[in-house]
Amino acid sequence: MSLMAELIRKAVALGVPLTAHVDLTYRCNERCEHCYLDHDDKGEMSFNEISGLLGQLADAGVFFLILSGGEPMLRRDFFDIVARARALLFNVKVKTNAVLVRTAEAQRLRALGVEQMQVSVYSHRPEIHDAVTKLPGSLRRTIEGIRALRAAGLKVAVANVMMRSNLADRQGVAAMARELGATYSADPTVTPMMDGDRSVLDLRIEGSELHSLFQDKELVGDPEAFCAPPPPVDDDARNALPCSAGHSSCYISPYGDVFPCVQFPLPSGNIRTQKFLDIWRHSPQLEEVRSIRTVGLPVCSSCAHLGACTRCPGLAWTEGNMRGPSSADCEKSFYRTGVPSANMLARGLTTFPVGIAETGLAAFPPAAHRHAMGLIQIAPLRQTAA
Amino acid sequence: MTPTYIARSTAVAARRLGDEMVVMSALDSTLFTLSEVGAVLWQAADGRTPLDEIVREHVCTAFSVDAGTALRDAEEFVRALAERGILLVSSQPIASPAAPQGEAAAASAAGEPR
Repeated sequence: MSLMAELIRKAVALGVPLTAHVDLTYRCNERCEHCYLDHDDKGEMSFNEISGLLGQLADAGVFFLILSGGEPMLRRDFFDIVARARALLFNVKVKTNAVLVRTAEAQRLRALGVEQMQVSVYSHRPEIHDAVTKLPGSLRRTIEGIRALRAAGLKVAVANVMMRSNLADRQGVAAMARELGATYSADPTVTPMMDGDRSVLDLRIEGSELHSLFQDKELVGDPEAFCAPPPPVDDDARNALPCSAGHSSCYISPYGDVFPCVQFPLPSGNIRTQKFLDIWRHSPQLEEVRSIRTVGLPVCSSCAHLGACTRCPGLAWTEGNMRGPSSADCEKSFYRTGVPSANMLARGLTTFPVGIAETGLAAFPPAAHRHAMGLIQIAPLRQTAA
Repeated sequence: MTPTYIARSTAVAARRLGDEMVVMSALDSTLFTLSEVGAVLWQAADGRTPLDEIVREHVCTAFSVDAGTALRDAEEFVRALAERGILLVSSQPIASPAAPQGEAAAASAAGEPR
């Protein structure tokens, strides 16, 4: 077991939220066509509120802190927030479009000890990238920002959301990331808007294109192994937790709302009226999420993919039942292996008609995470004991 | 004997998880876990207290170990972490170590009312 896996296991056993994703604002200087957010400010937390929240998160045991948005650097107090987070010894990762990053900002982030900057890039071609962001000149400014971050010595991870409009440019973005000295990850996820609007799902790539994606060595490593039939289902798989949401990680909105995950919009409390730890430990919603065990899933527990599926309880919840199937993950499992899921068979399907899976979601199965997806990429891992 | 002062690097992240201390260098993303004794040394690394005093006050009393053995182990531990940039080591007091963790401690470090 890797040190990271061991830390997560221990955090789950202790009930510690090892990772917190905090969106500092939903405002943004881009208007990406697939974005699930409403960009109006409906009463963001003040600096004092965020400062207090960070202190509570530190005392709760949060180690990995993801600061995101919207575009988090639009906040005038962004650097004060990062400084406060670093003073509390969080491992800080920032998700940004880097449009506002120049030499001075990059050097300041480096001096503050930010561990990684994740920058969204949709294409290596301005006409495609800028069409996604709806901000003319955004690719040029983002590349300048990445160069400044790299020159300052910061690690940069280029994150590429793949949609119909930019799928053909994936290899171009990967090559550009290499040239810039950044790591690269690709994600076919497009999620419904937070207000429930599902029209953005039309931007998703077709399921049939997933199959060719899963044959790409750069993304999945060994396609033969990646696309192998699902492993036999054993007791470990049956008793597994569905994911880290609500177990060792959580999401907090700019308005102080606490959710199990950014992709699991189940309101579980608000830090403006409750202490974070009270929400984390006692929220009925989080307790419900934590009660899910694979063996108890009404459809998925009998699925051949049980041992390798990345069923997202958040996406399942947006489909109506957090214990139900996540159609997008069924789709991925099917196009990866050619084996229909229990959900498909229950619906009388042996293949996916175009558009049946309404939601696109995070991830390739676990093996691919090593190559492409990891939310937190840590290398090398070493362990030292006193 | 020249005293040894130790301070936490400002380029690390750290958090207690159960009886261990999780430490990660922002410079190279190297992740460590420190044992309970290591965590005690880490948290006492304020840049002002000599290492032998830290060992005497915090290690020997808490872990029932003789001072000579504890100091030798502590020196080896400090050397290993210093090589990885996790701890700063000097024969003089170190001026600006990292802030301590925790809400109350950080408020204190920032000069805010408790």
